[in-house]
Amino acid sequence: MHDILAGFRAALGLIATFDAELWDISLRSLQVSLSALVIASAIAIPLGTLLAVQRFRFRRLVISVINALMGLPPVVVGLMVYLLLSRSGPFGVLGLLFTPWAMIVAQVIIITPLIASIAHQAMRELWAEYHDLLISLNARKSQRIATLIWDGRRSLLTAALAGFGRAIGEVGAIMIVGGNIDQVTRVLTTAIALETSRGDFALALGLGFVLIGLALMVSLATHWLSRTESGERW
Amino acid sequence: MVNAMFPLALQGVTVARRGRPVLGPVDLVLGQGGPTMILGPNGSGKTTLLRVMHGLERIGAGSVGWQRDAPDRRAFVFQTPVMLRRSTIENLCYPLRLRGVGRADARQAAAGWLARIGLSDHAHRPATRLSGGERQKLALARALIGQPDAVFLDEPCSNLDGHATREIETLLRAAAQSGTRIVMATHDMGQARRLAADVVFLVAGRIVETGAAPAIFAAPKTPAFRAFLNGDIVT
Repeated sequence: MHDILAGFRAALGLIATFDAELWDISLRSLQVSLSALVIASAIAIPLGTLLAVQRFRFRRLVISVINALMGLPPVVVGLMVYLLLSRSGPFGVLGLLFTPWAMIVAQVIIITPLIASIAHQAMRELWAEYHDLLISLNARKSQRIATLIWDGRRSLLTAALAGFGRAIGEVGAIMIVGGNIDQVTRVLTTAIALETSRGDFALALGLGFVLIGLALMVSLATHWLSRTESGERW
Repeated sequence: MVNAMFPLALQGVTVARRGRPVLGPVDLVLGQGGPTMILGPNGSGKTTLLRVMHGLERIGAGSVGWQRDAPDRRAFVFQTPVMLRRSTIENLCYPLRLRGVGRADARQAAAGWLARIGLSDHAHRPATRLSGGERQKLALARALIGQPDAVFLDEPCSNLDGHATREIETLLRAAAQSGTRIVMATHDMGQARRLAADVVFLVAGRIVETGAAPAIFAAPKTPAFRAFLNGDIVT
């Protein structure tokens, strides 16, 4: 209990004093996770929607694989990305290892199946509702997908937020590919891991509260911007 | 007024679901004119026949031949109206936007239709919050806004009261007068008598009797249709 209270105090102290390191780490966390979220959503949402509306031979297999990939161990993803981006790896020439870009790549791989799977479930239900109407209106496939994405945006927002939650709380993969380098690749989760290993539980908890606060703020801001809870609007 | 899409000829059309025949074989020609009312007891294949004609249902055998096939000139109104998760006016704009009509023009046309069906005050409310009758009027307006050559309606008034039914029928008469071919399934014999120019009567997936409306109601040729008109149970 003492550590938790000390963590609260540390968090408030860091925020109240505009601690430069905290801001730097927090901004980097947001930058990496939001970038990963945008890229992953751009892949996963159309993919999930396409899987809902398009019938093809190995569709069930693809859905099963995506669902299975939701449980992909982040440490394994980190290791794979490390091997691909290391100097001797196929993408070593890009020099991305131990940069925020490597962390973004790892997070994209981790959260894309999660967003795609939730998006697919939501779009499948909406497609069942809209199927006959859109066919009867002679909507082209691209128009059907666009309609589902637009009309299902509240569910897709939930899918994206689930992806963001997983990305910003992720530590295993980004520790491996980012290296937790001070002022370069250190983010809130890796900083928490570092402070815990140093035995500074109060600071680690403080960073943890900041992390939770950031995730909540992003979620609330997204809901507010999209006005998803407004009674007379969609 | 000549409707270039008709006649529509169905030859030997069958539909089966999970190996069980639900329609056919059906031979039917729908010429110019109408409205055509499709009558029959529950499970007789009325909905399936409408869906086949519109192209929503895959046929097992036979052929569906239009004089001029233009899928974007056909519309369908479902028994339970499907509302897009959008505002009332955006639901009306949707078919026009699919065809590339500009947003301003689509909204102008939609506003005109909303006034016509008495839903102007609900223009910016979510369409799913409308009452059953309002939804069905909106669904019909959405089907008619693109001025289709043919509209297929699957018991559009089955859950509506007399006032809403009258409004729907007024819209259908106006559409028919402006050249839209109406093909409608209904259980309501009064409605069939009010609207029909010709009738198709189905039992167990097969056409039992067809004919021009005044004559077929006055002198049914088959015992099944006679029983149906008398309100007896037909299976």
